[in-house]
Amino acid sequence: MEKASQETSQPARDAIVSVRGLRYARGERIIFDGIDLDILRGSVTAIMGPSGTGKTTLLKLIGGQLRPASGTVVVDGENVPELGVHALYELRKRMGMMFQSGALLTDLNVYDNVAFPIREHTGLSESLVRDLVLMKLQAVGLRGACNLMPNELSGGMARRVAMARAIALDPALVLYDEPFTGQDPISMGVLIKLIRELNDALGLTSIVVSHDVKEAAAISDYVYLLSGGKVVDHGVPERLWESASEWSQQFLNGKPDGPVPFHYPARVYREDLLAGGRS
Amino acid sequence: MILDPLQRLGKASLDFFERLGRGHLFLMYTLAGIPGLLLRPRLVIAQLYSVGVLTLLIILVSGVFVGMVLGLQGYNTLVDFGAEESLGVVVALSLVRELGPVVAALLFAGRAGSALTAEIGLMKATEQLSGMEMMAVDPMKRVVAPRFLAGFLSMPLLAAIFSAVGVYGGYFVGVGLLGVDDGAFWSQMQAKVDLHEDIFNGVIKSVVFGFVAAWIAVFEGYDAVPTSEGVSRATTRTVVHTALAILGLDFVLTALMFGD
Repeated sequence: MEKASQETSQPARDAIVSVRGLRYARGERIIFDGIDLDILRGSVTAIMGPSGTGKTTLLKLIGGQLRPASGTVVVDGENVPELGVHALYELRKRMGMMFQSGALLTDLNVYDNVAFPIREHTGLSESLVRDLVLMKLQAVGLRGACNLMPNELSGGMARRVAMARAIALDPALVLYDEPFTGQDPISMGVLIKLIRELNDALGLTSIVVSHDVKEAAAISDYVYLLSGGKVVDHGVPERLWESASEWSQQFLNGKPDGPVPFHYPARVYREDLLAGGRS
Repeated sequence: MILDPLQRLGKASLDFFERLGRGHLFLMYTLAGIPGLLLRPRLVIAQLYSVGVLTLLIILVSGVFVGMVLGLQGYNTLVDFGAEESLGVVVALSLVRELGPVVAALLFAGRAGSALTAEIGLMKATEQLSGMEMMAVDPMKRVVAPRFLAGFLSMPLLAAIFSAVGVYGGYFVGVGLLGVDDGAFWSQMQAKVDLHEDIFNGVIKSVVFGFVAAWIAVFEGYDAVPTSEGVSRATTRTVVHTALAILGLDFVLTALMFGD
């Protein structure tokens, strides 16, 4: 796998997503302070970091649902923040996204949820739509659940349906937002297998946002670690496990104390105890 | 310290006008989505069912009772002047000019408006609207515009039905129970209720109320904070704001239509 050319700040030659100098703030709080990253075509790239570091925000910036304060987000050759509504919607037809909640349309059954983007964007006959939907559901193992409503699905099944819907239009890029959160080991295993296999079988590019380190690293070709608005480390998973970065080691090994302190900033413990009733 | 209340007032005023501006922009986007619905009438028909047809029961029941109360109160007043045969006029004018459009709109806000807000707000909270955007489907055109149009079209029809069943409620009490002359009830109504002055103006009111009620309902849903508390607050705001807007607009429209 070609290494992303972050050090040179030049987009990698085969990058489908290339982010340069991305700054984004929510009110006073800076979420991204000039990050650079590349997602290579055909790869599965994990974006990892603690909760609240803006991983989902990064996906929304890539999908054009948010606009950065500055910097470029080039997806498939187009700078997303500069796109008009029509061009952005055309680009999104080449993207799929699986939300953490699944985001299935609750008034439609599984079949109609997967058929939704096909019906909206193609003029295919119902018999062709049916074939496509059944193929996508077969790929995620839920062809037999096509008549169930979203409220009849388990969390893992809902995500698999969302996955089938995300690949319904055969996109070039699929964004996964926390696909493993709250899943039992079997569902998690299924999702891990599906993300990797669908990526390779359909020739997709996948971006997996997650804080489930082992699971995400296991299927990734490349990993970015985000914290404090910066890319703190990146590389192939094997290299990150051996990284000299204290922060990376704390995050990847789940150590309770380190560069991210266990204690919330406070005055000296001894002083606090001796202060008695005086705050 | 002295400046605190002034600051709060200033902030509240800015927030109000900012939200008002957002609401008007939202309305423009919504209206822009309506022409596309001509090619997809099924989206509107589905919403006409959930917004209009499912509101029918409360409109019918309320209309009958309001008409019955009007019949009873009107009879008790008119009989003192020996004018009980004018009961049909009193009931019809009260309903067609005022109570039909206003009460139907208030009921519409309580039943359909709140449901629209809650539905859109929950779609936002559960990322269904974001999901549509990422599937390159504009939720303004796919979700908001059909609901707005269905609300706007339903309201005048519901107000008309409310007035019609209200007249029959008044007839039942006045003629059926209190002995007002059948022929006088209908003939005086026919003679005194003017198509343009009364019925047409009532229809205009219900069209305006339908527009405002549907606008507030879909805007509050789309603008809701995407949490359970946010959706709950938005639903409450829909009912309160719609009621206030309807009563305020009713006065303005009545002054324009009937004020000399």
